[in-house]
Amino acid sequence: MTTKQDNNTSAEPVEGAEMLSGGDMLVRALQDAGVEYIFGYPGGSALHIYDAIFRQQKIEHILVRHEQAATHMADAYARVTGQAGVVLVTSGPGATNAITGIATAYMDSIPMVVISGQVPTSVIGTDAFQETDMVGVSRPVVKHSFLVRKAEDIPLAISQAFHIATTGRPGPVVVDVPKDTTDPDVLAPYVYPREVKLRSYSPASRGNGRQIRKAAAALLAAKRPIIYAGGGVIIGNGSEVLTRIARSLNYPVTNTLMGLGCFPGDDPQFIGMLGMHGTFEANMTMHNADLILAVGARFDDRVTNNPERFCPDATIIHIDVDPASISKIVNADIPIVGQVTSVLEDLEQILDAQRQKNPEQPERKALEDWWRRIEEWRGAHGLNHQMTIEPDQPILPQMAIQKLYEVTGGDAYITSDVGQHQMFAAQYYKFAKPRRWVNSGGLGTMGFGLPAAMGVQFAYPDATVACVTGEGSFMMNMQELSTCLQYGLPIKIIALNNQALGMVKQWQDMQYGGRHSNSTYSDSLPDFKTLVEAFGHVGFKVTSAADLDPVMREAFSSKLKDKTVFVDVWVDPHEHVYPMAIKGGSMQDMYLSKITTSMQGDYM
Amino acid sequence: MRHIIAVLLENEAGALSRVVGLFAQRNYNIETLTVAPTEDPTLSRLTLTTFGDDGKIEQIMKHLYKIIEVVKVVDLSESEHVERELMLVKVRAEGAVREEVKRTADIFRGQIIDVTPTGYTVQLSGPSDKLDAFIRAVGKVSILEVVRSGVSGISRGEKVLTA
Ligand SMILES: Cc1ncc(C[n+]2csc(CCOP(=O)(O)OP(=O)(O)O)c2C)c(N)n1
Ligand SMILES: [Mg+2]
Repeated sequence: MTTKQDNNTSAEPVEGAEMLSGGDMLVRALQDAGVEYIFGYPGGSALHIYDAIFRQQKIEHILVRHEQAATHMADAYARVTGQAGVVLVTSGPGATNAITGIATAYMDSIPMVVISGQVPTSVIGTDAFQETDMVGVSRPVVKHSFLVRKAEDIPLAISQAFHIATTGRPGPVVVDVPKDTTDPDVLAPYVYPREVKLRSYSPASRGNGRQIRKAAAALLAAKRPIIYAGGGVIIGNGSEVLTRIARSLNYPVTNTLMGLGCFPGDDPQFIGMLGMHGTFEANMTMHNADLILAVGARFDDRVTNNPERFCPDATIIHIDVDPASISKIVNADIPIVGQVTSVLEDLEQILDAQRQKNPEQPERKALEDWWRRIEEWRGAHGLNHQMTIEPDQPILPQMAIQKLYEVTGGDAYITSDVGQHQMFAAQYYKFAKPRRWVNSGGLGTMGFGLPAAMGVQFAYPDATVACVTGEGSFMMNMQELSTCLQYGLPIKIIALNNQALGMVKQWQDMQYGGRHSNSTYSDSLPDFKTLVEAFGHVGFKVTSAADLDPVMREAFSSKLKDKTVFVDVWVDPHEHVYPMAIKGGSMQDMYLSKITTSMQGDYM
Repeated sequence: MRHIIAVLLENEAGALSRVVGLFAQRNYNIETLTVAPTEDPTLSRLTLTTFGDDGKIEQIMKHLYKIIEVVKVVDLSESEHVERELMLVKVRAEGAVREEVKRTADIFRGQIIDVTPTGYTVQLSGPSDKLDAFIRAVGKVSILEVVRSGVSGISRGEKVLTA
């Protein structure tokens, strides 16, 4: 049992250890953990900590305008750097405002450490002003959480928080810090534990050798193979070895929404994203495969469609660091639990050795036939939209993404929000490198894109960072335009403005007889150009296809290199995202346009 | 099928709520749950019984393992084990039935631990189905109050569950 008492007496000194207050210890521990930025927002319970931040130089605190944005910035910082992002919020509303961002990071397995102020220990449980049970509220959406009991526990809690957040299957960790434990008048010896050992936590590292040999044999015997790679490959830094294996076998590769960039998107072996809005060829290849090598992917329902009808002929090899991901939705024939890079390196060695012994495998003829079928699928639908620019024709959203790809040389960091624009970005921006595509895949959080772009720009100040957003999503966190000005963040915001909650409207078109219940705004949208100008930034509005190219070039020109730029692209409001999986079907069942399906029947 | 799952977890505030929360969050059911510190005061041992097919039980075990404070998890029902549950029952026992209740308690090796002119309180221990059988034997109408501890389990033989 814990006693609820204020810790108002300093602890015994430890030889050689500096005596610090809890607030100073917290900040010092973050320094020792290698933290560069804290994204946060102050308030009563966190003020001792904020004072400690004021009295040091090593860590820069970024003042956001809403705590949710702080979590998305830290999250995106983590996605592109691989280092845990750090958030600091106050108790009560500060803490609850952070929940959406914590859940977003949790669903996408992103390492993050969230420090929340808490009311003093003596009043916990009394419904004190700005008290919320943060550990309780966040429990279902964190990898782990700590409630600090006394000042001297802070360094260990911080050290463990980083260890847990960044190892195994990464995730967010909350450290809830009651105000009395950061009291500047209560000192305790500061010792930062460099090494963390937890008897109850030992994430998987190497995969089981026998399973990996089995996987190699199955891979080499396959006639219709596919590599299905997800976000775990990016998080586990496995892109290089995965690409080597795929190239040496010449097997087709598909990526999940989270995996885009883990295999070069401009490589002919890449057959596009799979799943609900995946390419025709990726979904057909999956459905007809006799072997699926799933790596760092979790057979999400947005991928499999109806699991009962999922890939009837396929033997499934599933590599994942989280044993609970394996055989959760679809049974794995050859499960391998382990760190993705380690498992793939072992697999590569065995494959190379096997192929030296038996050069007949994989069977060349079978693979040629397989590629011929895949190319037919690719030719039949592909993502072949008419992108020729007729001056009086409405701008197609796909076209805007293709233009973005062109003017950024395919080499930008792209964040997105949630909706049609997100799917268009995923389909049409060919990500050649891992950690370049930043989106909320698991939770699908509108409002993610803008703060995410800011987090990326903090991580890489000189990089080109663009946020592809919709006018709906943008308005969920647009207050951060003010933060952009404060820190001079030169992000480029490309809004595909269809004057609607487009993805909702698409579903209403397809499943609710075109009844657009609450998915449009009755001409109440702001003039975004004026809006961003009021925030001190540069705005453009593009309504005709002819202006798209010059405006996009200007937005990314060296003249505006240091500016936050917003391009309001008015796109065809009637456009839908295709392909789209037909609910309840298998992966090969797709709508291909408003009037065609993969079963060749008309449906509307 | 019914499974008895034994969990060793860090004896820390909040650890139990994570276990219980997991079952609520993932829509797994808990039939019984019992928890107490072990001979090592830093560890608690929790026994829970649940129902599910093999796939479901596998997921439950894996997700239990993912909880940071969980040190070990075993499915006791996978091998030879002993299960016990303690039950205290207040039974109406008047007139002719009084002797009958006493006899039934004896047959089930129960002990009468409290006596009033109109009833007995019986203490029984054993596997859960034995306790169910006692309730059936006495008959629902005579039962006034039942309290059960939930199942505790341990494996047979030399195998031990330690951190
Ligand atoms: C916070 C949140 N609320 C609701 C939704 C449901 N939702 C998914 S897409 C969408 C519409 C998004 O509109 P917009 O940002 O304009 O993008 P578009 O689809 O028009 O490109 C909505 C409401 C969500 N994903 N997130
Ligand atoms: Mg929109």
